[in-house]
Amino acid sequence: MQTYLSIAPGITTAISAAELRSMYIEMLRIREAEERLADMIAAGEIRCPVHLYIGQEAVAVGVCKALETTDYIFGGHRSHGHYLAKGGDLRAMVAEILGKETGCSKGRGGSMHVAAPEVGLPGTSAMVGTGIPLAVGAAIAFAMQRTSRVAAVFFGDGATEEGGFYESLNLAALRKAPVIFVCENNLYSSHIHIRDRRPADNLDALAAVHSMPAVRIDGNDVVTVYQTAREAVTRARQGHGPTFIECRTYRWRGHVGPNYDIDKGLRSQEELSEWQARCPIHSLEARLLNQGILTDTEVTRLRQAVMDEVAAAIAFARQSPYPNPDTLSDYVFAQ
Amino acid sequence: MTRELTYGLAINEATRQMMEADPAVFLLGQGVNSPWYVGNTTTGLKDHFGPERVFDTPVSENAITGAAIGAALAGMRPVVIHPRMDFALLAVEQIVNQAANWRYMFGGHTGVPVVMRAIINRGGEQAAQHSQAFQALYAHIPGLKVVMPSTAYDAKGLLVAAIRDNDPVIYIDDRWLYTYSDDVPEELYEVPIGKAALRRCGDDATVVATSYMAQEALKAAAELATGGIEIEVIDVRTLKPLDDALIFQSVAKTGRLVVADAAWLTCGFAAEVAARVASEVFESLKAPILRVALPDTPAPMSASLEKVYYPTAKNIVAAVQNLLNR
Repeated sequence: MQTYLSIAPGITTAISAAELRSMYIEMLRIREAEERLADMIAAGEIRCPVHLYIGQEAVAVGVCKALETTDYIFGGHRSHGHYLAKGGDLRAMVAEILGKETGCSKGRGGSMHVAAPEVGLPGTSAMVGTGIPLAVGAAIAFAMQRTSRVAAVFFGDGATEEGGFYESLNLAALRKAPVIFVCENNLYSSHIHIRDRRPADNLDALAAVHSMPAVRIDGNDVVTVYQTAREAVTRARQGHGPTFIECRTYRWRGHVGPNYDIDKGLRSQEELSEWQARCPIHSLEARLLNQGILTDTEVTRLRQAVMDEVAAAIAFARQSPYPNPDTLSDYVFAQ
Repeated sequence: MTRELTYGLAINEATRQMMEADPAVFLLGQGVNSPWYVGNTTTGLKDHFGPERVFDTPVSENAITGAAIGAALAGMRPVVIHPRMDFALLAVEQIVNQAANWRYMFGGHTGVPVVMRAIINRGGEQAAQHSQAFQALYAHIPGLKVVMPSTAYDAKGLLVAAIRDNDPVIYIDDRWLYTYSDDVPEELYEVPIGKAALRRCGDDATVVATSYMAQEALKAAAELATGGIEIEVIDVRTLKPLDDALIFQSVAKTGRLVVADAAWLTCGFAAEVAARVASEVFESLKAPILRVALPDTPAPMSASLEKVYYPTAKNIVAAVQNLLNR
C-alpha cells in the first residue's frame, strides 16, 4: 500500500514526541471506550444500534490531529471515534448512547447521531454518504466567509457507491472548496465485501478524475494518516481545494453490535487475525517504546488513566436522568 | 413607499434586499443565471453580487441541497432554488433526513436556516415530470415549514421571513402567479410564517385555498356575489405551521367549507384541513366538507387534457353551489 501520487511535494510535516504521545492516548481512549460499550451492549444495557470503530482509530485521530478546533468534521453512523478525536466530551457521548438527557444530543440521537458543535462536529448522519455534501457546503461557507477554516468528512467505502459522492466531489473541485474527503475503506459495507460491490480496487482513481489529488494510504498507521491529512489541510487552507484520502483499514467487530460477524459466515477468522496483528494502537505503542518516547511504566499508567476516565464516564451516564416525557416535542423548531 | 410590482419581481427584490442586508445570504441552484429557468426572479442578481454568491450549479440536486444545508450549519443563510419542484425529488434525502431532522436529532443545539425555493411550473404541455405540486409531502415532515404565497406582497414578505427563519423553510412559488401584481412596499418587511390571510368576508361558505387557488377563489367569490352568495376566502399562505384558528373561526360562522389546493386529492393538504375542521368545529358544520383538488392522476401533456386537469374558479363555484343546495 503505497502513496502513488504525491499530493503536495515540498511540504514537510514534522511530528513531535508530544504529538505522537497525544495521538497514542487519544487512540487508547477510543479503544477503551468502545470495548466497554461492547460489554454494555452484550449485557443488554445499551439498546440503540451501535457501530463500533475498533480497529480504525488511527484514521480519526490522525486526521483530527491535523485540524483546528474551529474546523468542521462530519461523520456517519460509525462516528464515536471521530467525535472523541475532535475533542467531544466522553461523558456526554456515553450518556447519549444510554439515551440520557445529559447526552451530547440530549438522548434524541443515540450512537448514530453524536454531535459536539463546540469543537467543530455539527452532527453525524446515519444515511450512508450523506455527510459528504454537508462538508462541501460548510467548506464553501468557510471560503465565502474569507476564513482559513476547512471541513473534513469521514465516510466508508460503501459511501462511494452513492450518487451524492460523485456530485459532491465535482462540486467541491469546481468551487475549490477547502474540504478533505476521508474514505475509511474497511473493505466491508455492512455485510458485503468490496470485491462483491465494485469491479476494481480503484477508489482513489474515482476521486482523481474529479480533478483533485487522491491518495491511498495505510489507515492503520496514524503517522501516515496525520502527515497526509496535514498536507491536505495545508492545501485547503491555501485555497487549492479538496483532497481525497483513501485510508485502508479494518473494523474488528461486525457491522453493528459487539460480535464479529464470523459466525454468520460473512468473513474469516484468518482475515480478522491478520488485521488484528496490524493493530494501529499496538504498532504506535511499539514505536514509542522503541524510540524511548514512552516507557513500560508510562504505558501502564496511561492505560490505567484511560480506563479510569472511561469508567467515570460510564458512571456519569448511568447516574444521569432520562429525558422528561413532557419534552417529547421540544427541539422540532427553534424555541 | 409602496408601488405595484409583479409576484416574480417581488421575489427578486426580496432576494436582492436580503443579500444586501446580510452577507450570510447567498443563492445557489440550477438555472439561477438562466434566462428561462426561474422566470425573472433572479434577473440581475449575478451582475450585482457576483458568481460566488449567485451560483448557477451543476445538475446535482442532491449535492447542492446538501451543500446548502452544510453552509447553513457553518453560519450562512442559503437559498437553494429548484426550478421545478419535480427536480427537487432528487434532493428529498437531504431535505428530509438532514435538514428537517437536524435540530431535533441533536437535541436542539443547531438549526438549519436554509430556504428551499421549489418552483411549481405546470401547464404548457410539460407533462408529468415538469408539473407536480408536492406541498403535502413536505408539510408531512416534522421540522419543515412550508409556505405558498399567492400575492406579490406575500411573495416578498414570506421570502424575507423564510430567509430570517432559523429553521428550514420550503418556499413554494408558482409560475402561474409570476405576472400577478399588487402593492408591494419598497422596504424590507416580513409576512409572518404561520399566519393565514382573510382575503374576503362572507357568511354563506368558507373557501380555504393555497397558492394560485387563492386567486381563483377570489374570482369565484366575485362570480358568486353576482348571484347573491357571499363567501369568505382564507389564503392559507403557510401550510405548516397551519393557522387553523382563523379557519375554525370562519367555519364556525359560515358552517360550510370548501378547501381548494391544486395538488392530488388523496392524502393531500385539503384532507388535513378537512380533518382539523371536522375534529374541532364539527358542530358548526351545516354540510359536508368538499375538496377542490387535482384528480389522482399524473399531470397530462395534451392541452385538451390539461384543461380538465387543473381546477379553476369554476370548480370552486360549483363546489360552493353544491354545498348551498344540500
